[in-house]
Amino acid sequence: MTDMLTPVLSANWADDRAWKLSNYERGGGYQALRKALGMTPDDLITEVKDSGLRGRGGAGFPTGMKWSFVPQDNPNPKYLVVNADESEPGTCKDIPLMMANPHVLVEGVIISSYAIRSNYAFIYVRGEVLHVIRRLQQAVREAYSAGYLGKNILGSGYDLELVVHAGAGAYICGEETALLDSLEGRRGQPRLRPPFPAVAGLYASPTVVNNVESIASVPGIVGKGAGWFASMGTEKSKGHGIFSLSGHVANPGQFEAPMGITLRQLIELAGGMRNGHQLKFFTPGGSSTQILTHEHLDMPLDFDSVMAAGSLLGTRALQIFDETTSVVRTTLRWVEFYKHESCGKCTPCREGNWWLVQMLKKFEAGQAVEGDIEKMLDVADNIGGRSFCALADGAVACVTSAVKEFRSEFEAGYHTPAWELFPYAKSALFPVTSDGGHA
Amino acid sequence: MSGHEFQSYFPDSGGVDYSDQESNITEATLDEMRQIAARYPQSRSALLPMLHLVQSVDGRVSPRGIEACADVLGISTAQVSGVATFYTMYKRRPAGKHHVGVCTTALCAVMGGDALLDHVSDKLGIHAGETTPDGTFSLEAVECNAACDFAPVMMVNWEFMDNMTPEKADRLLDDLAAGQPVQSTRGATLTSWKEAERVLAGFPDGRADEGPAAAGASLVGLTIARERGWKAPESAPEPAKQEEM
Repeated sequence: MTDMLTPVLSANWADDRAWKLSNYERGGGYQALRKALGMTPDDLITEVKDSGLRGRGGAGFPTGMKWSFVPQDNPNPKYLVVNADESEPGTCKDIPLMMANPHVLVEGVIISSYAIRSNYAFIYVRGEVLHVIRRLQQAVREAYSAGYLGKNILGSGYDLELVVHAGAGAYICGEETALLDSLEGRRGQPRLRPPFPAVAGLYASPTVVNNVESIASVPGIVGKGAGWFASMGTEKSKGHGIFSLSGHVANPGQFEAPMGITLRQLIELAGGMRNGHQLKFFTPGGSSTQILTHEHLDMPLDFDSVMAAGSLLGTRALQIFDETTSVVRTTLRWVEFYKHESCGKCTPCREGNWWLVQMLKKFEAGQAVEGDIEKMLDVADNIGGRSFCALADGAVACVTSAVKEFRSEFEAGYHTPAWELFPYAKSALFPVTSDGGHA
Repeated sequence: MSGHEFQSYFPDSGGVDYSDQESNITEATLDEMRQIAARYPQSRSALLPMLHLVQSVDGRVSPRGIEACADVLGISTAQVSGVATFYTMYKRRPAGKHHVGVCTTALCAVMGGDALLDHVSDKLGIHAGETTPDGTFSLEAVECNAACDFAPVMMVNWEFMDNMTPEKADRLLDDLAAGQPVQSTRGATLTSWKEAERVLAGFPDGRADEGPAAAGASLVGLTIARERGWKAPESAPEPAKQEEM
């Protein structure tokens, strides 16, 4: 029986200068790399497969299987790209991880690159997190100086270059093919698949794109074994994962736990809902995952259980809203995000999200008319599944699930403004004297 | 044609401002651009960091900066401006010495971000997307900045200003305006937006060791685990259990 919380990647976050190489090494850092360099790349891929690690960036695809798709008979160079473009609303785990413990990521990059036989790797980090970028740049410099990067790493004959690459503000670049276009110095727009990046990714060469937390989990798996990792979590969602609680709980924060912990347990750890309030709705894994309610408090937060409940585990970004919150307002603000972040490539997403915003503004202002709910769902139905990438599907997930769970609030939008039903000042964390923030 | 007047709904989608030709780009800047290009197997990958460098020198994406990127990479100015106008961090008009972002994506908005943006906007006397006449501050309504457990969040020069309130915002803006040192809640002492852009271009400023490893919300789970003695298992369970896999 594992403990309720299992800090692994976060275990050293409270340590003095945890980000320094010497402190990371003192905690056993870079021992897994030494072990890995004594193994064959294929054995490493098998180890990661056996661990059951599934991608921590949202989709949950088995990491070892992704690595095994890289065709080793392809004559082009192979690339590893770490997706550190953490931008999904609600998601806030990779940023503190890279700030406090950048070396676990760097060590993971080296082991993973060796496994897929790559000699060039990139960490694509969103640009709006200056101090995280400083820490990453410094960690990479330290790793070069220590002989963990560069030519003939630790005398193994293996070479690896690692570049920290700052993005420039575009949620879409978290989508792996858009990220690759961006890393090639272009507008970040998704590519049609196939071919998948494993076959034709960066510079049309075999490329693995993995989330920060996935790659950072690799040193533990290699160091302590697949069996150790798999001893945490559930049958089909193994291992530890960082769960991020935000919103109307007493103590929001990061909780590293075995996969399968429940929201009821997490809210208790977070000190309960803020004083005197009750849970109204939450996202299990970021704004692109269907909202759920108190009925799902005891649902194990693992990939399959959340999917069975009609949503997605996503990035374990649990945004918690209490009874003061207007669902209509929140949905509008999420869709405004998708409208702003749509790359513009696919018409249903570019135009459709614009139309959804117009409609949701009417609901918010109490100026929608009978039949607008059906019209909005129809527009949503013409966005989801009709675009190149998942941004469009994420955008409509919040709309359709909000209507499903809270239809009466949208019906109220036929006659009453949302800010009258749910005075916005009540949702804020500080006293708001004016109009509660609505324009 | 049918009585409908066409109206653009993308008011900020214009190109680079060619009426403002001022630039501080020198041969040294071009050298640094070549250094950036040399980091990559294919030089065009350097374009995003090169545009950050342009902003660190010119305070915006300048016409001269576009030309310089195009020259160094051997691509057209249209290709460069196509990229420069896609990403929100690239500014087509001069940003302030300090660039202030208030998160107004759903969760921050609900928790007070909307009111905070109004407050900061009133205080600075500018709307989001504008710069104060003296060039000290520019203001932006930013999308989710991956700090939701610290909501409502404000960013200054892309450093975190967590758990923000109107009072805290007043204090830090007053201090910045007075030239007083201001510390990010999880980062370094604030420098300036242009200096931040230089770091994003890949030229470190030596401040990585400032600030804590983690603070506040980042440590809530770890603190409970330590209090209660909760840990990840030390090693793999007994071999018998491994065989089940």
